[in-house]
Amino acid sequence: MSAVSTAIELAVEASDADAAKATAGASSAGFAYGLAAIGPGIGIGYLVGQAVQAMARQPESAGQVQTTMFLGIAFTEALALIGFVVFILLKFA
Amino acid sequence: MTAFVDRLEGPSPAMEIAKDMVTRGLWAVPVGLGLGALAAGFNGAVSVAYAMALVLVNFLLAAYTLAAAARVSFALVAGAALGGYAVRLGLILIAFLLVRDASWMAKVPFGIAIIVTHLVLLVWELRYVSASMAHPGLKPSVSGQPAAGSRR
Repeated sequence: MSAVSTAIELAVEASDADAAKATAGASSAGFAYGLAAIGPGIGIGYLVGQAVQAMARQPESAGQVQTTMFLGIAFTEALALIGFVVFILLKFA
Repeated sequence: MTAFVDRLEGPSPAMEIAKDMVTRGLWAVPVGLGLGALAAGFNGAVSVAYAMALVLVNFLLAAYTLAAAARVSFALVAGAALGGYAVRLGLILIAFLLVRDASWMAKVPFGIAIIVTHLVLLVWELRYVSASMAHPGLKPSVSGQPAAGSRR
């Protein structure tokens, strides 16, 4: 009888451990996603600010500035996408 | 005295670049599907196709937002870039959450395909744009339009 209760206790502990692991994983994934979005946010803000300043100062080069700005934004967003992928892999895979 | 310019008229280079990348992305779809199928069978191929579609739509949405904002004002460009970034990240998350429990969703190929497609298309386009910026006269143009990146 005591063996059965011990097994039940172990199962309950294992279940709690799994739940705790899942909870920790979910919160870590959320933090990872949030933290991964901060850097690109700062980067895009700085990049666009400088690009807008360049376009206002030299409108004749606005085409090239816009091209470079768009590519820069897309490269910066790749960091956020990596964070997103880490998030879905930690949380759902 | 230089005239103050607070918005841009005419076709947007960002939109041209995005269309270029979508065209190249469509060429890359069979390769992606093949790699997805090798990694995780039919489910992998479908997941990779979904991821590639998300990346291409993301590029088009980003370019359209910037182009539309640039026609209004530069201040709106800054707002559209940052706001659009947050909104598009949210849209990608929603697009994933909608299908996360689907039987065909293979999450690892899906995630890898998002990153790889995004970076490969960007590097591919960057090589093209760098070349046309360095040698703007060499790119053959269609109907008299200069190449993307060499405009203005």
